[in-house]
Amino acid sequence: MNLRTPLARVRHLGSAKDGTSHWWMQRVTAIALVPLTIWFVAALVFHLGAGYEATAAWIGHPVTAVLLLALIVATFYHAFLGLQVVIEDYVHHEGVKIASILAVKFACILLGLAAVLATLKILFGQ
Amino acid sequence: MSPQNRPLSPHLQVYRPQLTSMLSILHRITGVALAIGTLLLVYWLVALSIGPEAYADAEGVIGSFLGRLLLFGWSVALFYHLCNGIRHLFWDAGYGFELETAYRSGWIVMIASLALTVLAWIVAYTAMGG
Repeated sequence: MNLRTPLARVRHLGSAKDGTSHWWMQRVTAIALVPLTIWFVAALVFHLGAGYEATAAWIGHPVTAVLLLALIVATFYHAFLGLQVVIEDYVHHEGVKIASILAVKFACILLGLAAVLATLKILFGQ
Repeated sequence: MSPQNRPLSPHLQVYRPQLTSMLSILHRITGVALAIGTLLLVYWLVALSIGPEAYADAEGVIGSFLGRLLLFGWSVALFYHLCNGIRHLFWDAGYGFELETAYRSGWIVMIASLALTVLAWIVAYTAMGG
């Protein structure tokens, strides 16, 4: 039984309890990913088949490393937010839904950390 | 009827498939595919961080027929999701909702994502020397 009026419920953070932050962060990461993705794919295709030394030198360059770290963080943040919405839309069993969202969140964090660590290792290994 | 058994809207199956709805679900499908595709990117990056031998193995895996096929699918998905994502950002800003504009931007997204995919692969094969 909820005695609050619908208006009181939607005010401030609303029924989802996090306001518009999910929607907003998906857009913020999307906007960041537009130039980052174009840069990475464009640079990557030119480095294909360049071999270990040249590729490690490219990734290990401070400018590349910083942009790549930004790309990694934005990618996995964006991926998690998107996958969460997909799960919420199609998985209707509450327990399965929460378990799936947590599993996806942990997977995104682990993959992101692995990518960050690899980038730092290449950067400091130069 | 208990709350759990109430029919949920929208009933997608009653609609004739349209360009706009197909591109919309394709945005979601490519998004999920790209999230899975990050596994390949992380594998490549981790291999590069381990050393020349691991990187050579990764090049072998990614350069194989299956690897290139996955990479091709991933590149199509990436360019589509990127182009259609920009289309979505315009909608978020309040532009392009007219039916005619939505269809036109849909066609632009499809042509642009295919063109970018072809361009990327031409550059990639040129960079690799064929």
